[in-house]
Amino acid sequence: MTTIPLVAVVGNPNAGKSALFNMLTGARQKVGNYPGVTVERKAGRLFLPDGRPIELVDLPGAYSLEPSSPDEEVTRDVVLGKQDGERLPDALLLVLDATNLDNHLRFALQLIDLGLPTVVALNMVDLARRDGLEIDPQILERELGVPVIATVAVRRRGTDELREAISEAVTAARVVRPRPVAVEDFTIVQRRARAIARKATISETAVRRTTQLLDSIALHPVAGPIIFLTIMFLMFQAVFAWAVAPAEWIDAGVVSLQTMATGTLNEGPIRSLLVDGILAGVGAVIVFLPQILILFFFILLLEATGYMVRAAFLMDRLMARVGLSGHAFIPLLSSFACAVPGIMATRSIEDPKHRLTTILIAPLMTCSARLPVYTMIIGAFFPDRAVAGAFGLQGLVLFGLYVAGVFGALIAALFLRMTVTRGTPRGFLLEMPKYQLPQLRDIVLGLWQRALIFLKRAGTIILVSTVVLWALLSYPQPKAGETALESSIAGKIASGLEVLVRPIGFNHEIALALIPAMAAREVAVSALATAYSIDAEDEAAAEQPLKEQLRGRWSLPTALAFLVWFVFAPQCLSTIAVTRRETNGWKWPAFMLGYLFTLAWLAAGATFWTATALGL
Amino acid sequence: MSLSLDKLPFRTPAVVTAIDWSRLSDTDARRLRNLGFDEGVAIEALHGAPFGKDPLAIRIGRMTVAMRRAQAQVIMVEQKAA
Repeated sequence: MTTIPLVAVVGNPNAGKSALFNMLTGARQKVGNYPGVTVERKAGRLFLPDGRPIELVDLPGAYSLEPSSPDEEVTRDVVLGKQDGERLPDALLLVLDATNLDNHLRFALQLIDLGLPTVVALNMVDLARRDGLEIDPQILERELGVPVIATVAVRRRGTDELREAISEAVTAARVVRPRPVAVEDFTIVQRRARAIARKATISETAVRRTTQLLDSIALHPVAGPIIFLTIMFLMFQAVFAWAVAPAEWIDAGVVSLQTMATGTLNEGPIRSLLVDGILAGVGAVIVFLPQILILFFFILLLEATGYMVRAAFLMDRLMARVGLSGHAFIPLLSSFACAVPGIMATRSIEDPKHRLTTILIAPLMTCSARLPVYTMIIGAFFPDRAVAGAFGLQGLVLFGLYVAGVFGALIAALFLRMTVTRGTPRGFLLEMPKYQLPQLRDIVLGLWQRALIFLKRAGTIILVSTVVLWALLSYPQPKAGETALESSIAGKIASGLEVLVRPIGFNHEIALALIPAMAAREVAVSALATAYSIDAEDEAAAEQPLKEQLRGRWSLPTALAFLVWFVFAPQCLSTIAVTRRETNGWKWPAFMLGYLFTLAWLAAGATFWTATALGL
Repeated sequence: MSLSLDKLPFRTPAVVTAIDWSRLSDTDARRLRNLGFDEGVAIEALHGAPFGKDPLAIRIGRMTVAMRRAQAQVIMVEQKAA
């Protein structure tokens, strides 16, 4: 049996590697993980001109064979044939950015020296021309001793030639082992690279005018922050406005599935498990898919255009105040959709202590699962009236909760960096890529992959946890004169929990709602609804909207404390699970649970006591 | 006249004359080398972040790199003759 040849796509970050990979493989991609490390493995199929398939694997961008992050380590180990879960590639497809040749050639020389069959894609030749830079691929080919093909990944230029060259590289029947890496002085490679770049450059004018011009606006002392805030504002506005309709469709879909299941299945534990457990639980989480995708659409867009690094640049100063750096900005921004992808995005942070700190504060960003809780409580307790003329009171309260989360995160980071994640302050060293027009194909593929990851999660972790919670809420069956909620295991736990949360103004129903809300925060809403509808003395009371019920049964201090609780409390099993995976153990997720619950209790308590003392 | 990169006026082309690698952590030194910092390379300070002009956006070769002032201190540069 012959195995499909494996070709690894390697290159510097920002060389347009992923765009080229997407162009060559299309949507035939598989995203997974390398075993034992939290580095993403992206592979796809490429068909050679004669129809033979090739497995193409997109390695993480790296600057050299001396790794400075887990990602770069994987890249080095794959090309050396030492990576677990990956065989030695049969050939390398090296991607060079024509606008940044001297820099990218350094890594290229190291890779070519390994002796594996190699093809070079001289990418972004169009942008080089825009910058007044003319490079001769033939000279480069002569100097490097491997085939060089000029490409424009975003416009499919050079694809056929590239397939042809890859075909030749993998056809050469020979067994190749990578040569041992010479511990050559890096400066020598560096100078060799610069000499070759000079030779291959036919003409050169001023440097990257477009990018410099845009930067003088985007990083301007006055205009810069205004543009940044405007983009952030538009982004959140869109997340709220555009997601309403699709979220309603998903909700309606779930409800009709529930109705169908109720109609076809006989009453019993199986129907209850399916309708109240699986459909209700998983449905409650996937309604956030539209919001998450809209936020990711913006994040992918900002990344593809090159603005994201500028945003990190603008935020670095603020982050430095709390012992972090601009690197933390991107994961924290993602956490506004959901902490899970946010925590996964911390992989790009090199310094382990910075990364850990960022993971620990990520759950404090107001994720979309908090919105239903906030919306319900605000709607019940704050009148819909204008304050100071222009602003709605309800909107202001919501904004205040977002701000509270951000400030909580910054203060938490400061304390963590002074205690458990103390370490030497690191600098902020980051390549600022040139500005580019985003490509629809790359954005759509990126969104599709995120949607799949999220749905897979909903299908596994969330499914399991909702089933467990359903069981806790349903068993043991109530005896005569008892409600299901009182007799269930969850009900018993709630009675124990009530002792702990009574001092901060929470009642039995809140304690009960907090348990299923561990699966996902928004479940608190449906749990309260269930508790109050079961508890209602008569039919008429049961049919009152939840808002009315809450207004009648909770004091304002309790409602405020409940809101503040949700700003801090780590009520999300998926976050805990992903933290365990990303930190390789239970120590940090346990710590996260401990400090965030403590913080939540203290903050909710302070709110309750202050509000009570003020006579609200 | 030699001066450290954080003192270099914006938009003034210069050349790296020396880098005090010993004042950098191993990771920072490796990253700086990986980004192409080396003696004899053309360099220019392009922008400073609002509020305190820190971090800096530095052009090195044909690439722009963000770095903090504290890191720029170890890089000695010489202005090109006008």
